[in-house]
Amino acid sequence: MTDQPLVLGIETSCDETGIGIVRGRTLLSNTIASSMDEHARYGGVVPEVAARAHLEEMQPAIERALAEAQVRLEDLDAVAVTSGPGLAGALMVGIGAAKGLAVSLGKPLYAVNHLVGHIAADILTPDSVPLEYPTIALLVSGGHTSLLHVRDLTTDVELLGETVDDAAGEAFDKVARILGLPYPGGPEIDRAAVGGDPAAIRFPRGLSRASDLEKHRYDFSFSGLKTAVARWIEREQAAGSEIPVADVAASFREAVVDVLVTKALAACADRGVPRLLLGGGVIANRRLREVALARAAEAGVTVRIPPLSLCTDNGAMIAGLAAELIASGRRPSTLAFGADSTLPVTEIQVAEDAGAAVNAPVVAGIEVG
Amino acid sequence: MDTSLGSAVGLIGRDGRTLADVSQTGRLGHAEAIGSLLEQVLAAATSAGATSATADSDEHPAQDPLTHVAAGMGPGPFTGLRIGIAAARAFALGRGVPVIAVPSHHAAALEVIEADAPAEPFAILTDARRRETAVTVYEGIDVDGIPHAVVDTVLVPQADVDRKLGALRRIEVTAISGAAVARIARRAVAAGRTLTGSEPLYLRPPDARVPTAPKRVGP
Ligand SMILES: [Zn+2]
Repeated sequence: MTDQPLVLGIETSCDETGIGIVRGRTLLSNTIASSMDEHARYGGVVPEVAARAHLEEMQPAIERALAEAQVRLEDLDAVAVTSGPGLAGALMVGIGAAKGLAVSLGKPLYAVNHLVGHIAADILTPDSVPLEYPTIALLVSGGHTSLLHVRDLTTDVELLGETVDDAAGEAFDKVARILGLPYPGGPEIDRAAVGGDPAAIRFPRGLSRASDLEKHRYDFSFSGLKTAVARWIEREQAAGSEIPVADVAASFREAVVDVLVTKALAACADRGVPRLLLGGGVIANRRLREVALARAAEAGVTVRIPPLSLCTDNGAMIAGLAAELIASGRRPSTLAFGADSTLPVTEIQVAEDAGAAVNAPVVAGIEVG
Repeated sequence: MDTSLGSAVGLIGRDGRTLADVSQTGRLGHAEAIGSLLEQVLAAATSAGATSATADSDEHPAQDPLTHVAAGMGPGPFTGLRIGIAAARAFALGRGVPVIAVPSHHAAALEVIEADAPAEPFAILTDARRRETAVTVYEGIDVDGIPHAVVDTVLVPQADVDRKLGALRRIEVTAISGAAVARIARRAVAAGRTLTGSEPLYLRPPDARVPTAPKRVGP
């Protein structure tokens, strides 16, 4: 099975219950059940609401994925699951399900890193030339904002920087709320920004001053930006002016996009890596893609963007990463791992079983099917 | 399987006999423990000849296939509780067998009744966190052999337990047996009964507040 392993991946790190099935690098199903609507009234992801939804959605999502992929559980070569980073209670639902399934079927289990999964999404893109290494990767979502140097997907990923406070997606949600717009904020800000002038208000670029760049060259901060937007609006209101919502939205978005793209391209230049991979749900933001593509072209950097259905959190990327690990001869994980909400990106696979034979099933002697 | 308190996995035969019953106490580590406990139970039961997914495999002619998976549905701290239910459902899916949902207190009550058949009603108490106790009052077993809950599970503030329960016999439970969960399920299946819904016995809405207007940030 080592060449083209058939893998089912389970992803529950935030509010998407993602089940993916791949055969090697071929995507067979990318099934996602989102609890986003349930979080809308709270203005952000509520961990307990997300965890409850994962438990409800897990079995139907697995069944839908199998039907779409037209494979049977018995045919699987392995099960994969996100061990972290993410919301602990949400991750644990996926881990419980993955362990139950793997032991039931007597199949090996691979516990993997969510962020590295986002990079793996790129290899599932049909007809695209294989991902070239090394690459800089910028992963932006409601849960994370990370800049990575990927020398090898399965063995060598380095964290260059990440957000020190809010994730970029969170900043969109919070500013949307300030503007009286609903959750999720990304698409709402985009809509509000139509016709707005991105240069109308010069909002601060977090951690971009020379003094900040020394210590936080590749780190991000969006909490100050959110406060700056709120202050600006309060001042205008106090002065009795009408709030130019389109200009505020466009200028805020420009500040986020500018700092993301500037730092990502700085990493490309510093590391001498002319490739940038974008991932995470915020990549759905068209302005971010436009600015990244334009400025990368000027800098001679090639940009790769997986299809948006593979950019948001999903199980296919988890299955895809595990398939690569298997193909490279990695052993399955032991059954003893748990959820690690702050799992470092350097831990691409968790709890690899040093004693296991390569690709051996976790339960010997159990007949299936 | 039950993770409403510690983590527990048991296996019983068609006759109700316990083939394996393992657990790990403590409220943390459910996610870490559940897979190994399952594996231990399967290993112990393989020697008893009862775990293969196929009854008539050539290699294990004596093996009897697993027919049902029982899941303890709580009450219990949510994060841990869900892990066992998720594992039970996925395990059952892997074997193509149904999941039988069992209120976890029923399993605790069954053990009490099996041990000393109390003539009087008694209360099963488990810690529900936040200074509350989950309480179910039972009296004997019903015609199907299932503990008879005379008062459904409620959350009682710890400070009110004495006043609410009065002289009623209290049994504080800190562990649920997987095999006892399985025995309840076996009786429910035999009687064609559904004991609880597919949603865990959360007994509390999620902690989440609908946001009010944004706070002022300026001077
Ligand atoms: Zn993500």
